Amino acid sequence: MGPVVDRRRFNLALAGASAATLAPAYVHAQPARLKVGVLLPRSGVQGFIGQSCQKGADLAPGVLKSMLGVDIELMNADTETNVDTARTRAERLIQEGAHVLVGPFDSGAASAIAQVAEQRAVPFLINIAAAPQITEQGYKFVFRNFPTAVDLIRNGLALIGDLFRATGAVPRTAVFMHVNDTFGQATVKAIGAILPKLDFLPFKIVETIAYDPAAKDLTVEVGKAKSTNADFLLLVSRLADAIILRREMVKQRWEPMGIISPGSPGMYENQFYQALGKYSEYCISNVPWYDPAKAVTKLVEPAFKKQNPKDELMFHALNVGYTFEALMVVADAYKRAGTTEAKALTEAIRSTELTSRMMLGGRIKFDAKGQVQGNASACIQNLNLRPMVVLPQAAAQAKPVFPTPGSRKA
Amino acid sequence: MDALTVVDLVLAGVLTGLVYGLMALGLSVIFGVVRVVNFAHGEMMTIAMYVTAVLFGWLGLDPFFALLPVAVVFFGLGYALQRGLINPFITRPEHTQFMLLVAVAIILVNLLLMIFGPDAQHVQLDYLLEPVELGPLLLDRGKLAAAAVAAATAAGLFAFFRFTLTGKAIRACADNHLGALVVGLDVKRLYALTFGLGSACVAVAGCMMILLIDVTPTLGPAYTLLAFVIVIVGGLGSMPGALLGGVLIGVSEALAGLFIAPSAKSMFSFALLILVLLVRPQGLLGKSQ
Repeated sequence: MGPVVDRRRFNLALAGASAATLAPAYVHAQPARLKVGVLLPRSGVQGFIGQSCQKGADLAPGVLKSMLGVDIELMNADTETNVDTARTRAERLIQEGAHVLVGPFDSGAASAIAQVAEQRAVPFLINIAAAPQITEQGYKFVFRNFPTAVDLIRNGLALIGDLFRATGAVPRTAVFMHVNDTFGQATVKAIGAILPKLDFLPFKIVETIAYDPAAKDLTVEVGKAKSTNADFLLLVSRLADAIILRREMVKQRWEPMGIISPGSPGMYENQFYQALGKYSEYCISNVPWYDPAKAVTKLVEPAFKKQNPKDELMFHALNVGYTFEALMVVADAYKRAGTTEAKALTEAIRSTELTSRMMLGGRIKFDAKGQVQGNASACIQNLNLRPMVVLPQAAAQAKPVFPTPGSRKA
Repeated sequence: MDALTVVDLVLAGVLTGLVYGLMALGLSVIFGVVRVVNFAHGEMMTIAMYVTAVLFGWLGLDPFFALLPVAVVFFGLGYALQRGLINPFITRPEHTQFMLLVAVAIILVNLLLMIFGPDAQHVQLDYLLEPVELGPLLLDRGKLAAAAVAAATAAGLFAFFRFTLTGKAIRACADNHLGALVVGLDVKRLYALTFGLGSACVAVAGCMMILLIDVTPTLGPAYTLLAFVIVIVGGLGSMPGALLGGVLIGVSEALAGLFIAPSAKSMFSFALLILVLLVRPQGLLGKSQ
């Protein structure tokens, strides 16, 4: 004869079943750790930069545990420098349980991931991507702690003015070369809108040359730029193309007064120095930069050194800094929200206010569009095969060199 | 735009085009004789580029000295590939040949990714950064050397097919497969030799190409496509056509980049392809069927 189910046993079983049914909600409210889907271009044309950003992500869980006392778990995905791959990897990360997405160092990929994040109602924090339209679409789950192309170019052009004043150089003409992708197009628009208003800048752009970011050969582009006889090269590049372009300039013996980036990656990256050696010297990048004296940097730098004993943070400063800060923002939001629930986490990110940070600029506080205002840039020049801050003077590690030695005078 | 810049860049286009032509020559030779289209052609060149980069990185071997050993190894690999894998497919429908070689291409790309990772590799020789001065013209030393090697390799290949008994036998196979069998030629061996020669050509092209561009595992498909464009423009199966096609593509890209838009220059290769297909479907130097 089987066991008899009396009323007491039945009620006990019912209570047990109810507890089991409700348990997931309870567990959800008391999560052990935040799962962060980190999307970066670790292969493809932007592979080196993606790997550089990844270093910032890899050190974050340990540093944030000691800083904030929270556990985060990274779910890494490679976007392969491909917008469609970025979209599908974002979908998969969400399916696999990512509570928040971070990445992806590319405006095209960021636009695609932002759409996924909105559709799936999962918060997405952009580490690096500058196309202004990403935070102009009224998205509710998308945030960016990086300047828009307009801010980037405004800061970059202002620093060019400072550079000319500091060195007494007066170049009259520039040839503008840029990658023909979402970021490149955004900078073209920004320069077109801002440059005419800056009457303190003595130069005018005599030719604009767009090129494929995946180009393998830039002979024609450099030849065309050289033929303009411009005083200096204004360059908006990525990394691989910056190396090819600089090499081609050497081959064609084109020695303008200098190469200045008003706010793009490429010339301050570790791989640029490794690939070009002495030919990397004197290139100038006006980009958001880190402050070695900040308390957060002093936590990040040893962690970086521990994970990359043969490397130095300064060669990855922008990539590591902004990737780490993105993770710091979501970890801080998670700590305040006390939950991984998407809406609560999103609201916690929206109300972020962090004054202690690694990068130059004001506090990290998102506006109504999800954009952080007040990220600052520094003028970085390659000197002795290292990126050195040459402006603003208050933070300068060396004096700017312009025109570059060997170049013709304007 | 001054005339000097135009001449400079057109010459650069010619030099690059000659290396493109050498790469496509291997494809053309294989198709012209074996009648199999090698869809893994670009991937084979990518492997040659990696081998050259590794020899340079590990042994400091200059790519110009790596040419011969790499070409010999690729000849052997091509020979073995044809005898072991492709030969059974010679008489099968074309779509099975296509699937076979696409599969080989995919396997090669993934093997490269597993071995070398996704990062780009390059061979930088400082002496190649110094241009060659030709009066007022500045010629890229690397391109000039690569083009000279391409021209010499192509000339050697022409001489082999024209003046040696084996070369003549291979041409006989290409002209009349049944006739070659009837007169007792070892067609299977000659096919394998041809595939080996085509592979050696692409190896030499790879050794030179690493001087001009960075290599990544995924480079292959784009160069397979480029090789197709070149041989279709020049004439599928025509060796001089492959070189002519390469030069035309190189020059058209240079001129389009110069006068229209650099970012759209590769579009003009395909425009040229469409034009040739419309006006002369057999290619500029190809024979009509």
